[in-house]
Amino acid sequence: MSLLELDDVSVTYRIAAGEVPAVRGVSLTLDSGAALGVAGESGSGKSTLAMALLRLLPKDARVGGRILLDGDDVLTMRWGRMRAVRWAEASIVFQGAQHGLNPVRKIGDQIAEPLLVHGLAKPDAARRRVTELLEQVGLPAWRARSYPHELSGGQRQRVMIAMALACSPRLIIADEPTTALDVMVQAQVLSLIKELVAEHGISLIMISHDLSVLADVCDQLAVMYAGRVVEHGPSREVFHDAKHPYSKALAAAFPTVGDPASRMAPKGLGGDPPDPMHLPGGCSFHPRCPVALDECATLDVALWPAAPGRTAACVHARANEEVS
Amino acid sequence: MTAPLDALEPAAQAAGSAEEPQARRGTLRYALSKAAGALFSIAMVIVGTFFLFRLLPGDPVRNLAQGRNMTPAQLDLERHRLGLDKPLIDQFFDFVGDTLRLDLGTSYEYKRPVLDLIGERLGPTLLLAGTGLVIAVSLGLWQGTHAGWRHGSRFDRFSTGASLVLWSVPTFWLGLLLMMVLGVGIGPIPGLFPFRGIESIDAPDGFAYVLDVASHMVLPTLTLVAVVYAQYLLVMRSSLLEEVSQDYVTVARAKGLRDDDVRKRHAVPNALLPTVTLVFMRIGFVVGGAVTVETIFTWPGLGQLFYEAVSVPDFTLMQGTFLLITVAVIVMNTLADVVYHMIDPRVRSA
Repeated sequence: MSLLELDDVSVTYRIAAGEVPAVRGVSLTLDSGAALGVAGESGSGKSTLAMALLRLLPKDARVGGRILLDGDDVLTMRWGRMRAVRWAEASIVFQGAQHGLNPVRKIGDQIAEPLLVHGLAKPDAARRRVTELLEQVGLPAWRARSYPHELSGGQRQRVMIAMALACSPRLIIADEPTTALDVMVQAQVLSLIKELVAEHGISLIMISHDLSVLADVCDQLAVMYAGRVVEHGPSREVFHDAKHPYSKALAAAFPTVGDPASRMAPKGLGGDPPDPMHLPGGCSFHPRCPVALDECATLDVALWPAAPGRTAACVHARANEEVS
Repeated sequence: MTAPLDALEPAAQAAGSAEEPQARRGTLRYALSKAAGALFSIAMVIVGTFFLFRLLPGDPVRNLAQGRNMTPAQLDLERHRLGLDKPLIDQFFDFVGDTLRLDLGTSYEYKRPVLDLIGERLGPTLLLAGTGLVIAVSLGLWQGTHAGWRHGSRFDRFSTGASLVLWSVPTFWLGLLLMMVLGVGIGPIPGLFPFRGIESIDAPDGFAYVLDVASHMVLPTLTLVAVVYAQYLLVMRSSLLEEVSQDYVTVARAKGLRDDDVRKRHAVPNALLPTVTLVFMRIGFVVGGAVTVETIFTWPGLGQLFYEAVSVPDFTLMQGTFLLITVAVIVMNTLADVVYHMIDPRVRSA
């Protein structure tokens, strides 16, 4: 049985000007021990989706569909059960380089907090666990007595990872864990996440705008555009042979390391992400699509099989399959 | 830095050095440097006070005469008695020496040492302004916390609106209004609280005396609190709003903490930091009393004394109270810096 199952999940923000659909009918599954990457530009709804998994969205957000964690629907859970699930079963690695850590509390206390809140350890045991966790992420034990501002961005991100591991959850959601870190530190943090997830058999959902990072860490990849999944499949295949023109553009936006030609000519994508309150008709990507057909302006393509084990939401994807 | 070293640095940083750096013993040094700065400010204030009061228009001796006919000889004698006939520089050194010996001179009006007068009035002022401050701070911070936590709610709109209205009202007007409604009484409603002085003329003894003073405190305290609590509410509210949007608050929620615990353990301690400075500055001003409120309710405090000194004008008394208030504000500002240094780790290591 799969650990996490998203069934037609939608998130709508109600603001003064009307309703903003941020996530529109996303269905995904994640097996125990697997890693899923969610890619997309800012505003594609990927972070909103991540927050919806633990019901962390603000009150003005309405979530529809079903989010099954171990067969339990997160959206209909009572608050007591919801709090018990938070961090103990699924934890989140936020962008720690910025404000993910409380600036006036010691790091050790912040890592130990979920253990104490969930009654998983007495203060003594929690302190030993903190030492162990810091060791796992490559920080010396005395760092438990430091404050966040005394650490570098990379170290803070390591603390965020240690904190996420504290209760030995079955699922970790990593929301842009390497954004705002320099490239060297980014590589270290990524390999740390990869290593720890594999070692503890934890399932991972990783969110990023960087397709190459996701392809490196995750088995499966879902590309989101304007609140929908537009392509889904094994990450290597999606990265190297994208079926959807948006995934292609996203993959090309980052130069391949060691390939000077691609470095000299990074292919960006023209135009801006669509305003979610005024989505274009038909395929929402067609105004920016380099290979749009006339019918794209009216025909809204759902995800359909694009290759074995892969789906894409593009008229061209179906055509490719028929030709081959 | 050379390129290879640059490339190595992140790795070294991430691993962290194995040894913990020496704990900083900076707080004491910081406090001492702040105290030195405060002493310098106080010295400047003493110098400034002397010249400021010599620059004020009006001849103190003529004012003392209060219109009575005095011969120039009598005036000269009086000037000599007060030391006003010496050269300015000598007067200055006399003043500095006396002040350092805590001799603030003799009041022209009361013919008594200024220090004694201040000592007498300090108690009532600390009682009134201190109580007012404690209530205003508690009320403001409590309402600000709840208004900020549920911003846009009915509680937020009502409490923030009400505090702003009270803040905009002139103190003397609100004081007189309260005096009329709750003190004198309107129509069939009898007056509920006394509104003159600190105690009844036939004040009883023991516990009944405490109750008597307490009932005299009600109206002035109410006025004092109503007018100032808005600033604590507003600072706390906006400070909390800023903290609530930070990621660490979402992290705290994601950890499974109850909403109340997220507020009490994470958001409020951070949001309280900016209010520390504000509260300490206000403590400094408590010593000055509340001139308007004390005058309206004839409260025998320093504020009233200062008011009397200005209206006579009684220069030594003005000088003395002025010095006292300034020194109190400087001392409290210094304390605020030191306390802030102790409770905010970010300031400590900066």
